[in-house]
Amino acid sequence: MSGSQLRRNVDLARLKQQHRDMLRIRAFEEAALAAAKDGLVKGAIHPSIGQEAVAVGVCGNLARADYLLSTHRGHGQTLIKGADATAMMCELFGREGGTCGGKGGSMHIADFDAGMLGANGVVGANIEIAAGAAHAVKLRGEDRVVACIFGDGAINRGPFLEGLNWARIFDLPVLFVCEDNGFAATTRTRDLTGGPGPAARAESLGIPASEVDGNDVVAVDAAVRDKLALIRSKGGGGGGPQFLVCRTYRLSGHTHADAAAYRGADEVAAARQDDPIRRSRAWLEEAGVAAAELDALAAEAGAEMAAVSAAAAAAPWPALEAAYRDIQDIGAPREAVP
Amino acid sequence: MTRMSYLEAGKQGLTEAMVADPNVWAVGEDLGRGGVFGQYRGLAERFGPERIVDAPISEAGIMGAAVGAALCGTRPVVEMRFSDFALCAIDELVNQAAKARFMFGGQGRVPLVAREPIGMWRSSAAQHSQSLEAWYVHIPGLVVVTPSTPADNRALLRAAIASDDPVVYMEHKDLWALEDEVPDQAEAEPLGKAALRRPGDAVTIVSWSKQVHVCLEAARTLAGRGAGQGIEVEVIDLRSLWPWDQDAVFDSVGRTGRLLVVQESVTVAGFGAEVAASVAERFWDRLKAPVRRLGSPRAPIAYAPILEDRLRVSAADVAAAVDDLVSIH
Repeated sequence: MSGSQLRRNVDLARLKQQHRDMLRIRAFEEAALAAAKDGLVKGAIHPSIGQEAVAVGVCGNLARADYLLSTHRGHGQTLIKGADATAMMCELFGREGGTCGGKGGSMHIADFDAGMLGANGVVGANIEIAAGAAHAVKLRGEDRVVACIFGDGAINRGPFLEGLNWARIFDLPVLFVCEDNGFAATTRTRDLTGGPGPAARAESLGIPASEVDGNDVVAVDAAVRDKLALIRSKGGGGGGPQFLVCRTYRLSGHTHADAAAYRGADEVAAARQDDPIRRSRAWLEEAGVAAAELDALAAEAGAEMAAVSAAAAAAPWPALEAAYRDIQDIGAPREAVP
Repeated sequence: MTRMSYLEAGKQGLTEAMVADPNVWAVGEDLGRGGVFGQYRGLAERFGPERIVDAPISEAGIMGAAVGAALCGTRPVVEMRFSDFALCAIDELVNQAAKARFMFGGQGRVPLVAREPIGMWRSSAAQHSQSLEAWYVHIPGLVVVTPSTPADNRALLRAAIASDDPVVYMEHKDLWALEDEVPDQAEAEPLGKAALRRPGDAVTIVSWSKQVHVCLEAARTLAGRGAGQGIEVEVIDLRSLWPWDQDAVFDSVGRTGRLLVVQESVTVAGFGAEVAASVAERFWDRLKAPVRRLGSPRAPIAYAPILEDRLRVSAADVAAAVDDLVSIH
């Protein structure tokens, strides 16, 4: 699949941008993992290392006005949807200036201005919320699409059925993306899943589904572009929902604290050969981009995220009143009243 | 004033909200045909199927979709049919709707109303009769409303729909047919204000939802005793349990020195416990008698009428508790 003839007609500028985007995600998460090791990030981090092509291929095709519903493993998606890296890192550090003021952390990262309506700590919960966001888009006659990314573990939860059915019966403009990294937390999903898997389940509900190599950023990009065109085909999202399975592999553990000893080193080593960033780099080199330029791109991403991490470490803690703020208007805690 | 039923008044409140704001819509099972109790009858014809939306039997889907739709500029009124069925949508209500605003640092609001009919309704048994209002009061982010009269069912539903917070709106199934006068001009009713249903000086009775009427029946009996034996109790209808009107309750107990809380739900860890504890904390050295709670035993609700009635708090139970309290000096 990494053969150069497949990449011959690729838009080189776009591929370079995608490569850079993937490097930024990787560098962000490596910086976050280092900060966790240093005790600067207190909560769980769910790294998406090895899955960057999905985030870039999907979110690179979304306009700022489009909505994205993400998962607990959503740093990359959030970044590419347009969130500010420093605000994201501040959120992971629990600092003022975080996207959520330090009240959500990695699992609840969100940037509504960028159309990113939230990661979610509950697997699959974003599927129904995405259907509802699309329902609002349709009711209000807006010209947006909704993208909803979830893992393979989510397809065994009820919201998968209820949310997909909802999007189908109301003909809503949603792109469902199953980011299949092979693991439901620390167990292989295939051991826990009846039937042929996510695409067949979506098809059984009348939602057109296709599968793509999720480590091939060009392929994901093209598949998502096709799917979004179908969703938009009747104008205003009248084309109804679409479903895409991206087959990938989680190179890291479930969380930063999971050494993933439940799989062999040989399996992981083989998967590393298929690293999406390694592949995009090889294509760029084949297309004549100098290794030094590609090295510089990687160094740039690393330097950017090192600075982001330093800025987060220097940011102040949230004001104590924030613990009582933004709970509710009616019946807010008495402590919230100045 | 217009005389109408509790059910009709709720429908009127929803209708007014839908006329006033095109972003208000209702969604639930069988709404196109009027809803299971007829609370939506005629609305699909008036507002169309895009705003009175028939949903699949998919409570989690309904609530989850409402969360997304509320985050994106609409005001969904979610019909859960029976509050018991809303338990299928607990993640969507408790983990998502109630927390989205806070955990995203104030970036979003979830202005949805979850209508969850509560209460014993003859021989509906254990999965169609519960009053679980206390569960939701425990959840930061939620507002909990329990109307007891037709006028309130119109005014409080409008206030709930106007609120930017997620509201659990619990109508009592036994009250659907209750008729009373409803003001023609809807006054804006702030949520969190109790109603003094009957003034008195002997005992403060705090209640909500259908049990308010049971308490009023007991109050009439107590007052009507002849030969100078009459007892005047004060009956406070909380109307909303979060926020609840502490000031109204404290003011009354400050005058009477005696508190009886009456609820239909299981007494253990019910909302009455919160009222009783709050009063005890504040008035422990001024109470003339211990605080008292009346509610259901910790038993599932039975089908057979004779067993179901065993679990109800009757007017006679309330009157007996009042007699007990006033006998203590």
